[in-house]
Amino acid sequence: MTSLLLAIVIGAAFGAVLDRIGATNPTYIDRMLNLTNLNLMKTILLAIGTGSVLMFGGQMIGLVDVGHMSVKAAYAGVFLGGLMLGAGWAASGYCPGTGVCAAASGRKDALFFIAGGLLGAAAYMMTYPMWKASGLLDDVAGGKVTLGTVPDSGYDGLTAVSGDLVGIVLGLAFIGVAFALPEGLRPARVGTVAAE
Amino acid sequence: MPLNWKTGGVLLGLVFFMAVLLVKPIGVSTQFVILDGIIGDLVNPDLVTQTDDGFASSNAYLNKSGGKYAQAVAEPMNYSFVFVLAMMAGAFASTLARGGLDRAERTMPALWRANFGDAPALRYGVAFLGGFIVLYGARLAGGCTSGHMMSGMMQTALSGYIFAAGAFAAAIPVSILMFKKEA
Repeated sequence: MTSLLLAIVIGAAFGAVLDRIGATNPTYIDRMLNLTNLNLMKTILLAIGTGSVLMFGGQMIGLVDVGHMSVKAAYAGVFLGGLMLGAGWAASGYCPGTGVCAAASGRKDALFFIAGGLLGAAAYMMTYPMWKASGLLDDVAGGKVTLGTVPDSGYDGLTAVSGDLVGIVLGLAFIGVAFALPEGLRPARVGTVAAE
Repeated sequence: MPLNWKTGGVLLGLVFFMAVLLVKPIGVSTQFVILDGIIGDLVNPDLVTQTDDGFASSNAYLNKSGGKYAQAVAEPMNYSFVFVLAMMAGAFASTLARGGLDRAERTMPALWRANFGDAPALRYGVAFLGGFIVLYGARLAGGCTSGHMMSGMMQTALSGYIFAAGAFAAAIPVSILMFKKEA
């Protein structure tokens, strides 16, 4: 019961914040991805950095239970799947989380995204044995690994460096990049400029 | 107008932190599989079955990792599934609080309209196809923007970096090619 209550509180907070940073609006997503307006990228980098510093800092002082970490496996399909997701993300302006939030915010096109997503997930369920047999789902570089070694996390480290320290340093680096990035990397072309 | 990136970034970071402090890192895309499983099990009740030590499925994907997904299909009132429903409620409330979306935005986003005109069928078709490859790719990768990119990189997971490299390597060129005009 407690766990469902937490799901409701944290889930609702996540959905509301995604909406307030503009992530439920494909216009902002694609202005980020076509590099004309990086505000959302700065937001996300700052969020990852803030989360990382708090989480690893919390683990160091014993506030955060290391057992809460959940590290996914590394395999060739992660990169391949990432490429597919990236292409669909840019074309539609939605990813799974922002798609469901956008539908809830009243966007009809997001309902089509969800329908396509359910079919895509079902297609993967059908074709999973083929991927499994291909070897592309086999672990690389140790599979479920973190960049440093986090004691008692149950995950191996890619390097022997203190995982908590790596987490805090990388977290600060994410925050630094968020501040260093310019507002945009390419000029936005307004109006009826002919396509190249 | 969305929040200033500094405010928004700190708020989002606090949500990530709250999740890992109290429960576990955030993830979303698995729940598309769980909903598929729930629908599939309604059509074909043999899809997920109870066994002596848990749940099993005739589908190899639902059955993997000791029937973890099969169990979530059989018991949808679990943390991760309710989490996604709550996300929708949160986004709905936030949109209402900022005055709702106008009619034009409800049909398609402004940037799409500026580049491809206002025919809904084209927008809906691309959103559908986009959804298909996003979720197929997310399941192949084992996670999406939430689970791999945000939660993964936050935890310094190697897989999160591999995923982000793939996602942006495709997303940036596709977006640059598709969206040339500003709204």
